[in-house]
Amino acid sequence: MIFAISWNWSLDGWIVLAGILAAVSAALLGNFLVLRRMSMLGDAISHSVLPGLAAAFFISGTRNSFPMFIGAVFVGVLTAYLTQWIRGMGKVDEGASMGVVFTSLFALGLVLIVQGADRVDLDPGCVLYGAIEQTPLDQVQLGGVGVPRAVVTLGIVTAINTLFVLLFYKELKLSSFDPALSTSSGLSAGLMHYLLMTLVAITAVASFESVGNILVVAMLVVPPASAYMLTDRLPVMIGLSVALATLAAVLGHLGAMAVPAWFGFESTTTAGMMAVASGLIMLLALAFAPRHGIVVKWCNQRWLAISILCDDIVALLYRREERQLPCVVLENELCRELQAGTWSIYFSLVWLQQRGETTDANQQIALTEKGRDRARNLVRSHRLWENYLASQAMVDGNRLHGLAERFEHFTGRELREQLDKEMDAPSHDPHGSVIPVEKREEGTSL
Amino acid sequence: MNNTLSESSATATKAIPLSIDDLTVAYHRKPVIWDVSLDLPAGSLVGVVGPNGAGKSTLLKAVMDLIPRASGRIKVFGESYADNRGRVGYVPQRESVDWDFPVDALDVVTMGLYREIGWCFPVRKKHRQAAMEALRRVGMADLANRQISQLSGGQQQRTFLARALVQDADLYLMDEPFAAVDASTERAIVDVLRDMRARGKTAVVIHHDLQTVAEYFDYVVLLNMRVVAHGSVKDVFTPENLQKTYGGRLTLLDEVTEAMRHQRRKL
Amino acid sequence: MMSRSVLIACGVLAWICFLAMLGFATELGLQQEGLQSEGQEAISNIEAPNVSLLKSRSSITDRRLEWPTWEQWWSLILLRDYNTRVVVLGVTLLGAAAGMVGSFTLLRKRALMGDALSHATLPGIGFAFLLANQLGWDAKSLPLLLFGATATGLIGLGVVLVIRHSTRLKEDTALGAVLSVFFGGGVALLSVIQQMDGHAAGLESFIYGKTASMGIRDVQLIAAAALVCILVSFLLFKELKLLCFDGQFASSRGFPAIRLDIVLMGLVVTVCIVGLQAVGLILVIALLIIPAAAARFWTEKMWVMFLISGCIGAAGGMVGAGMSAVFARLPSGAMIVLVCTVFFLLSMVFGTSRGILVRWLQRTQLNRSIDRQHLLRAAFELAEPKRVSRGTDNEIVPQDGHREQVTVSMQALLGKRSWSSWRLNRSIDRAARDSLLYRDGDGISLTARGVIEAARLTRQHRLWEIFLITHADFAPSQVDRQADAIEHVLEPELIRELVSLLDHQDIVVPASPHPVEEMKS
Repeated sequence: MIFAISWNWSLDGWIVLAGILAAVSAALLGNFLVLRRMSMLGDAISHSVLPGLAAAFFISGTRNSFPMFIGAVFVGVLTAYLTQWIRGMGKVDEGASMGVVFTSLFALGLVLIVQGADRVDLDPGCVLYGAIEQTPLDQVQLGGVGVPRAVVTLGIVTAINTLFVLLFYKELKLSSFDPALSTSSGLSAGLMHYLLMTLVAITAVASFESVGNILVVAMLVVPPASAYMLTDRLPVMIGLSVALATLAAVLGHLGAMAVPAWFGFESTTTAGMMAVASGLIMLLALAFAPRHGIVVKWCNQRWLAISILCDDIVALLYRREERQLPCVVLENELCRELQAGTWSIYFSLVWLQQRGETTDANQQIALTEKGRDRARNLVRSHRLWENYLASQAMVDGNRLHGLAERFEHFTGRELREQLDKEMDAPSHDPHGSVIPVEKREEGTSL
Repeated sequence: MNNTLSESSATATKAIPLSIDDLTVAYHRKPVIWDVSLDLPAGSLVGVVGPNGAGKSTLLKAVMDLIPRASGRIKVFGESYADNRGRVGYVPQRESVDWDFPVDALDVVTMGLYREIGWCFPVRKKHRQAAMEALRRVGMADLANRQISQLSGGQQQRTFLARALVQDADLYLMDEPFAAVDASTERAIVDVLRDMRARGKTAVVIHHDLQTVAEYFDYVVLLNMRVVAHGSVKDVFTPENLQKTYGGRLTLLDEVTEAMRHQRRKL
Repeated sequence: MMSRSVLIACGVLAWICFLAMLGFATELGLQQEGLQSEGQEAISNIEAPNVSLLKSRSSITDRRLEWPTWEQWWSLILLRDYNTRVVVLGVTLLGAAAGMVGSFTLLRKRALMGDALSHATLPGIGFAFLLANQLGWDAKSLPLLLFGATATGLIGLGVVLVIRHSTRLKEDTALGAVLSVFFGGGVALLSVIQQMDGHAAGLESFIYGKTASMGIRDVQLIAAAALVCILVSFLLFKELKLLCFDGQFASSRGFPAIRLDIVLMGLVVTVCIVGLQAVGLILVIALLIIPAAAARFWTEKMWVMFLISGCIGAAGGMVGAGMSAVFARLPSGAMIVLVCTVFFLLSMVFGTSRGILVRWLQRTQLNRSIDRQHLLRAAFELAEPKRVSRGTDNEIVPQDGHREQVTVSMQALLGKRSWSSWRLNRSIDRAARDSLLYRDGDGISLTARGVIEAARLTRQHRLWEIFLITHADFAPSQVDRQADAIEHVLEPELIRELVSLLDHQDIVVPASPHPVEEMKS
């Protein structure tokens, strides 16, 4: 069996819960980072809490202590502040000033940790990718039930972040969308910025031990970015990002247990796999998001091209009927006339037949009554446009056809009527062809 | 010098400096230009005039292949732009670059010569002298070593002009060189333009100040998504034509453009 | 001054190159003598806790920071030890290359692009290792690992570009997402690798950087790649500069902007990849950013910035790698970055072009000169009625050295503007030192020089006021404030223009267009 997973609720349950809490708390804040185009600041902050942790370690001598927490959060906020300061004082580009600050702080933290390695057991690897597998081991008693310490901490942070987003929803929205307006209406965008940064720092510090900072960065950016691909509405985006973060956490842990087993290894880091899972989710969102996905957009373009080709085919058939040429054509004749590929023509024809607009007898194509209606409207649009362009826009005669050819596909009934009205219902186009009269649908009176 | 000058002006009169045929540009949500056809006379100062969003900058950028065009052919001195790049000088809008960049005015002007200097070859003294000469022509010789952010708006514009001058092109495309400049810069630019005309060069200048059009230019293109009129200032720069250019847009054209965009995005 | 800094920069670079050649010459010699077999060497280097010097000292139990002896310092500075020399020189070249390439990326505002790239290399390293292990090759071979790193690094970069260009997500989001997801994948792979016979320890050095794990061959590779980067940056300096300054102009002139961009990205990729082992993938981006950002404080010339940035990078690499060789257990990557940070801070404070100190001095100087201008004009205007009543009629004749001066009381001066008496007194002292005025009992009097200067300033001020009233439709009651704001930055050219515009060709100070007394209120 592929998913040979030995699931143990008292172990894996806690691990997944810790992962979910870390992911959700980060994703909540991440929405606003993504919208404010400050995703990299989240990355910077979660890297630069290291010297704060190390220094607080040295001073207090313990892990999991309050001073350590405060120290790290302080350095995190300091990163945001220093980035602004260097940018302002030194006229350095924002990305660069961020790069200077967080790499310097991270390097400092690294040196502190390595130097103090005999006194504190904190290794840099732990900060980067955490030790989520060990969360169930370190428990505190909560109402008679042993709950992992990490779960308690992360639960509190998640609650704080949720409250923050709920309470300051409209302030966050306004200051993210239009900082100037926000400040001028009495709500300091700077204050919101630093509040948000403080919470990011708190989240990063609270998560570093259990899931490591790489997962914080992933969850700050990836689920909100995926959600942003999927929706245009902020509340939906926040909700989706939370859901995707949860999904990524669960899948990540399952993946960590299952995937290496396929290749004959035991298991791998859950935090890393959670990041990978969120990445895969994002990949799907990027490709298949209903409106903004890359694949979806590509398909839409193909579809538009095919539908334009369908228009061209029926219009061609209609014009032939008009000139009383034999209205039955062969497929390869169409290819030649419309300069389109065989495949596109084939698909268009199949589609037209499906809709009952053409018939195909022995590869000879003819219009049905329904198709004739569609074609009449197209030709009408075309000739109305030619008239309009010639009389109103003073376009040269020899270019009229090309422009009208482009416009006709995008001209609905309403626009046609407007055109008709603007030119007092012309009967002929500039080339002398009759403008066909639109066939009214039954039941509609003039 | 005189010989080559008359020679180049002879070829300049032979071929039309800029000939645009059926140019259409549609990009993103920005204004588009429809169906522009123009033949510009050699050795003249051409003003391109039109309201905001009329596609004036787009026209210049499309000529230089900086943005893709939906259709149309462009001939520069009878050949494609790519073959005749060396004969075209471009003065972009001032906002297009980062003025905090660590270069001085002379450096910026020298950039106009990079193509002539060639790949991997360093800038030599004669290039710097040529750049200096161009700066002198726009009255900036004593500011050559100033970092560009320390120049005033007008001086920055003159630096750009000098960069185009140093190329010694035959056709100059200028994107709003008179935008927000001081009076002395405006005078300096006009002097340079007249000097160019005297040497048989052609300049296409996007302009927004209607009051000075008749004074500065001898040929004018009225543009509002399409060419409303073009011709010598005397014939074309009339109140009716201006009314057509700045007055109501063709709302139905706008509507169909909008519909196309919408379809493309949504569908 | 510019040329001198260029000279210094060139000198430092030359020294680096000389040392590099020295290092490789001796190394070649050693190889020919067959003192060390390469395979053994690589292995011994990976196992070694640090480069060389303190090999005997560092043990598992003794973890205090050892202060090296003078002799050790000396041998480090002279690069006497062979391994140290090679490693330090390699990292120095790397630093120089990174600094130079970084100055382009900084100006192109792509500083953080390298961060995503370097993080994305980790899964590649893991894959390469696993693959080599499966096929029975030498899984520790650096070129192989770096090849894997390059592959996923480029994939990461490609994903960033695709996301940026064809979706609605912005660049920062694309960077953050690629960086964290790829790194997460890499960590997961590494964790798997660790289960294999425990010989994956060397891979960790790619995360934090460990010069100690570098063999001679590795250093050669790094140095060669760095030299290529430096060479390309020099050759294409002009083109890359144009690209960074004005990409659109570059393409309008026929330079292939996209291909140049690719070359620049290629340089960044090369630096990041070869920097992995020495600096580590988290911090390698610092080498690309910090030296360039630091160099920007010293100059307004791209060329000089480019050289200074290279020097700072080289110095950072040299000192950082050296320090981590002398001191036990100092991670080289972090040390290199910290040394660069020190350079950055020094540059930010003392930089001669944009440094905080210089800008502060300039501001102070500007304030002083503004104060002086205000003082002189105030004195001039207060004395004006008396001078007029004497019939001199504001006529300023420079050669007229002897003139009966008018004393202006401190009280009147204080009432003229809202300045503190302390500031006013300081300003008076400074002006007196330049003999523009002298104290006269309870007041001051302008000297002949002072009168000329004051008249010039007052004339400028009033010309501007008149211009504002006649040409910009300001109310006479408002113009004083407006003119105040602008008079200090009026350039001679503009004054000439004003004069011609207003038709005040004479040098007479025009009468104020508004009652001067009003300013007291």
